[in-house]
Amino acid sequence: MNRDTMTWTIIFAIGLALILIRIVTSGGLFGKAYVKAVPREYAQVAAPGEDENWIDVTSEEALDYDLTQIPADERITWTSYNQTHPIDYANAMAADPNQSVYQFSFWRTFGIWLSAFFTLAIFSFLYKDNPFYKIAESVVVGVSAAYWMVVGFWSVIIPNLFGKIYPESVQSWAMPGLTGESAKQDLWYLIPLILGVMLLWRLAPKGAWIARWPLAFIIGTTAGMRLMGFLHGDFISQIRNSITSIYVKTAQIAADGTPLLDAAGLPVMGFDFWESLRSIIIIIGVLSCLVYFFFSFEHKGIVGKAAKLGIWFLMITFGAAFGFTVMGRIALLAIRLEFLFDDWLWLLDPSGKRLADTVGLLMQSFPMLT
Amino acid sequence: MYEFLKNLDRRWVFLLMLLSVAVPILLNARFPEKPTGLARAVFNEIEKLNEGDPVLLAFDFDPASEGELGPMATAFVRHCAEKKLKMYFMSLWPVGPRMVEDALDRVVRPDFPDLKYGEDWVQLGYKSGYEAVIKVIVTDLKQLYTTDRFGASIDSIPLMADIQSVQDFSLVINISAGYAGTKEWVQYASTPYPDIILVAGCTGVQAPLLYPYIPEQLPGLLGAIKGAAEYEMLVLDKYGARDENGELDEPGKYFEGIRRMGPQLIAHVLMILLIITGNIIFFIERNREGSS
Repeated sequence: MNRDTMTWTIIFAIGLALILIRIVTSGGLFGKAYVKAVPREYAQVAAPGEDENWIDVTSEEALDYDLTQIPADERITWTSYNQTHPIDYANAMAADPNQSVYQFSFWRTFGIWLSAFFTLAIFSFLYKDNPFYKIAESVVVGVSAAYWMVVGFWSVIIPNLFGKIYPESVQSWAMPGLTGESAKQDLWYLIPLILGVMLLWRLAPKGAWIARWPLAFIIGTTAGMRLMGFLHGDFISQIRNSITSIYVKTAQIAADGTPLLDAAGLPVMGFDFWESLRSIIIIIGVLSCLVYFFFSFEHKGIVGKAAKLGIWFLMITFGAAFGFTVMGRIALLAIRLEFLFDDWLWLLDPSGKRLADTVGLLMQSFPMLT
Repeated sequence: MYEFLKNLDRRWVFLLMLLSVAVPILLNARFPEKPTGLARAVFNEIEKLNEGDPVLLAFDFDPASEGELGPMATAFVRHCAEKKLKMYFMSLWPVGPRMVEDALDRVVRPDFPDLKYGEDWVQLGYKSGYEAVIKVIVTDLKQLYTTDRFGASIDSIPLMADIQSVQDFSLVINISAGYAGTKEWVQYASTPYPDIILVAGCTGVQAPLLYPYIPEQLPGLLGAIKGAAEYEMLVLDKYGARDENGELDEPGKYFEGIRRMGPQLIAHVLMILLIITGNIIFFIERNREGSS
């Protein structure tokens, strides 16, 4: 057995041993999901002079109608299964062991275990590349691509393209709610449809060049729009924002936190050292960084010193960006570990979902740990 | 020691980082949060609004950023619900509507059951097109949003009666994980239309890129989990229920940001120690090479 195989074997053995210990200590009570069965009933009603409408028979609106007169074929009933906390299930079972409102959910439980498996599979890459990581990575890519495609089809192509060209047809088979102004036919939308078909022509064995026309349209409009966005939002606005006073006066605040007012009732303005310093740093930072990127002169003498100062400002910016990135990544690690400890292993219970958490019980038993 | 550290396998560093995050989570380590000016600015922009004012909440993130942005999404929705603002949810990311549902499941449905769909909040859903969507809806929202997320006609929703474009909202709140997100909202909404007031919460990676927009184009910004924790503290201070001892008595879902700052502190201390150690080794090595 080589070193890698032995390491993997030990890691798996430790992992399995920990899960077995958890099973034994918890009596198998972890990594489970529960649901609450909620019966729903809607009835078709019509007020005088109004169209027929479906209403929830338990809503306040239903009190306006005599629902006993509505026949069974104008009613719809079904059961919603809403995820609930284990504590609700435990309380319901304690009150009535034969109740069926709160139930164990096999598929949601399976989902929790699948999530735990994929989380650990992704973490395993930190040791080295392996088949578990590859499986998890492939599933993420595949599911994401499929999700984007389906959501894009139902939330954009159907309502915003076919819903404009064939509103009646779309309303009859896909979107019953497409009514009013939104349901007016607009044949101008045939142009994007034709451009879309031309774009897909790239997949055809002949005439792939046809796809260049809509592509040119996309590139042209995107470039124009982004140029204006950056010009207006970044270039011009940032120049304007950099032109600041280095002697800043702000409204003076009294000791009790209220603004100081003069005899005329106007706020008393005074020199604000920190705001002035902030403005000076911004101006020096902008100018020195601009000098650093100014390559028409050799970086010597005063230009060289300003450029060196610019490098310092840039380095501090990169450091701040790195710090923020670290904070973000740690937050992502924290939520995955919270999922493993909370939803899967039930070691802790920060949201009060269960009767008690294992770590909490341990802390109570050994107060010196706290 | 020098040789040991110089040749240390990087996987030991990973293990140390794992422990530095896992142990504070298991021990539920929490540290006090003092809100900074930017978090206060975001809080004050929402506080300024009156009951019934329309607010657009753009959830431009997906599950990959849930750890950073989920807590601030929860806090934003709770703050708006406490202020009785009319909430309009939309997304430029395909999974965004699912994140909206998560926030509604955490806040509105259990704690504000009186708020009704179509009268107090509406889910406009996702539209593809990135910044092009913003460009259109700043002047004509109903051109793109003909139905809500569930397929109901936009004209049949009472909440939409007075809304023609983004300019009709009293405030736009954007939660952003990248492109399209806060940068695009600044470029295509708050800059060309200064009447649109935009506040945002973003991931740590984005935050340094958005600071130049403060305060003219972006009055307030919550940077990553730290910003979320500070904002949570402000919301809890103002609206949180308290027990007889004056201590906050709120469910754990409203402390997610504050809770996740515990692992942050320990992990950052470890990170600083690793950087210092790495630099010491670098300089020792350079000195030895120089002397040889």
